[in-house]
Amino acid sequence: MRIKLEARAHTPAAVVYATPVVAALLTAVAGGVLFAALGYPPLQALHAFFIQPLSTLNGLAEVGVKATPLVLIAIGLSIGFRGNVWNIGAEGQLTMGAVTGGAVALAFYDVEGVWLLPLMTLAGALGGMAYGAIPALLKTRFNASEILTSLMLTYVATLFLSYLVHGPLMDPDGFNFPQSRLFHDSAILPVLGFTRLHLGAAVALFVVLAGWFVMARTLIGFQIKVIGLTPAAGGYAGFSQKRVVWLSFLVSGGLAGMAGLFEVAGPIGQLQPSISPGYGFTAIIVAFLGRLHPLGILLAGLLMALSYLGGEVAQIELGLPLAMTGVFQGMLLFFLLGADVFTRYRLRLGSPPAAARVAAAADKPKPAGEAA
Amino acid sequence: MSEKTWTITRRTVLGLAAGALALGAAVTAPFGGAALAADPFKVGFVYVGPIGDHGWSYQHDQGRLAVEKQFGDKVKTTYVENVAEGADAERVINQLAQSGHDLIFTTSFGFMNPTAKVAKRYPNVKFEHATGYTRADNLATYAARFYEGRYPVGVIAGRMTKSNVIGYIAPFPIPEVVRGINAFTKGLHSVNPEADVKIIYVNAWYDPGKEREAAETLVAQGADVLVQHTDSAAAMQLAEEKGLTAFGQASDMRQFGPNAQATAIVDNWNDYYVARVQAAMDGTWKSEDTWGGLNTDMVHMADYGPKVPEEVKAEANAIIEKIKSGEFQIFAGPMKDNQGAVRVEEGKVASDKDLLSMDWYIEGIDAQLPKK
Repeated sequence: MRIKLEARAHTPAAVVYATPVVAALLTAVAGGVLFAALGYPPLQALHAFFIQPLSTLNGLAEVGVKATPLVLIAIGLSIGFRGNVWNIGAEGQLTMGAVTGGAVALAFYDVEGVWLLPLMTLAGALGGMAYGAIPALLKTRFNASEILTSLMLTYVATLFLSYLVHGPLMDPDGFNFPQSRLFHDSAILPVLGFTRLHLGAAVALFVVLAGWFVMARTLIGFQIKVIGLTPAAGGYAGFSQKRVVWLSFLVSGGLAGMAGLFEVAGPIGQLQPSISPGYGFTAIIVAFLGRLHPLGILLAGLLMALSYLGGEVAQIELGLPLAMTGVFQGMLLFFLLGADVFTRYRLRLGSPPAAARVAAAADKPKPAGEAA
Repeated sequence: MSEKTWTITRRTVLGLAAGALALGAAVTAPFGGAALAADPFKVGFVYVGPIGDHGWSYQHDQGRLAVEKQFGDKVKTTYVENVAEGADAERVINQLAQSGHDLIFTTSFGFMNPTAKVAKRYPNVKFEHATGYTRADNLATYAARFYEGRYPVGVIAGRMTKSNVIGYIAPFPIPEVVRGINAFTKGLHSVNPEADVKIIYVNAWYDPGKEREAAETLVAQGADVLVQHTDSAAAMQLAEEKGLTAFGQASDMRQFGPNAQATAIVDNWNDYYVARVQAAMDGTWKSEDTWGGLNTDMVHMADYGPKVPEEVKAEANAIIEKIKSGEFQIFAGPMKDNQGAVRVEEGKVASDKDLLSMDWYIEGIDAQLPKK
């Protein structure tokens, strides 16, 4: 008997929507087996991972806090990815947005006003955009790979932030420790009740809607998709590839910059050497997990956030090793990509026809002498 | 990963009690009261690195294990490792406070503001923050005078070097690190004024890859003794391979450099953690600032390696005893910085406040600190 993958002529919609669910279920089952093998009660561990973080209002709010930067960045990235523009440097754009927006907060350290937060947000978005413009320029002007340039610029941004908090933006009363002053109240995003869920989460939801509208209902969204699928066809239709590169980088850079500003003006409340635990990179996974579709990205961002929180709860409640979080996220991606195969192919079981058997025999590796 | 940490959760206690009930055992005592009486004192630990770093976080976890060993069933300890010093820290600390921990140790400088925020929210929970300066009625601070260990390390390095070039791998130019470099250099030049200190900042506390690269660069520049303020054993391993001398950081790294390690500055939190947990259980816990040194064994020198000659051991031991007794002050004047300005006048000793904000290199260091 042999197993054969056959290309599907047509993929039923039900299969497309079922795959993420199947992947999540397979992850839960495999995770349970793994927990049991490690000597932890599997149901209790799964409960700690997936249910417990959501069992309190504060827990729900925390999922939102964690998902906000992931969703914001992933929406921006997905626009570029649709158009075959690969911005891998969202982490750097996030950092720059935090720097520019945070610098505004520190410049107006003793000035109160409702205009301050909008100004900071604008500065953050512009900072991210400007930083995204560098790989866009290098791509359109010199045809340099945006994957490499945007990625490398990430390290530059992190070091720049490090320089600032060790130098010009260091808290003068902070015993020379590398951090800025704490932002004052009118530079801190309003939060929901006693939680840490800040206004940035509402902005992220709005961006999800806007992202859907742009891609599904506007000409530029259509152009991006055409150029992404078949650049030549886009060219014949008179769509400019350069324009798509610029647009992708400005939008994704701007959103990443805004996400960075929301982090420093939200849960962190100051500039410090490390702002993001890799949101810019995790957002790439979120974008693909969400099928580059805004609604999918929202769900994927929430799921990814939950997996981080669940990992912490499992550590606190059961003493599970932290590495389980990474293993879980890895399994989720593995099963999703695995399940994806079946949206494009169907499985055939059966014995190979005689002709194929002959071909297989002929394919056997030749003796070394002959190959040389 | 000890299984003990989960087998005695409240859930298990309740489960056993419920089982006994179902079996029809005589239950005359109030059920809730019995369960409460068995409730252990819960102590939480938040680590910035993995407990397997064999450095900073590893040593804090050794302290946690000492608490478990001392108090047995009377305590339940929990730890969360690899917590990023950003938005995540507050959530983790909050989670520990919310889940009924009575005393929480947060063990990295970057956890200071998040700890202070959570401490405000949970006035009945006691918090201890390592290496910071913000205190409150329920928030104590503690740190160790590691620089006291660095002076004798400098003496040994000065006696061991043949090339008169010492490689120093440093994480960040913060006062804690600068103080260590100065104490080391003072010890070094007290026995060998010709020796040169070459410093490389790797911008990380724990990054085996970068630490290894820095060590290789320093060796290429002629260093035959390696000193580190970073946490991994990468430099120690390189020293072992090349037959050089090195000093362990934070923990005894002898297993990585059985021949190379001359000694190590070991962070010994065990006694402190046991004492603080005891005080909290007795109700005598007070918020205070602890800065222990060689004399309280919070800074502990590991056994000498096989390469250290007897007369050097004797010399180092004599210095260590003088530091312990207070007879010798490391930062006693006259001290100049490497720009020639007098920093500590003759007959005076730098105050703790000066030490905590130290942002200058002493004379004899041919390098510049990053400018403000």
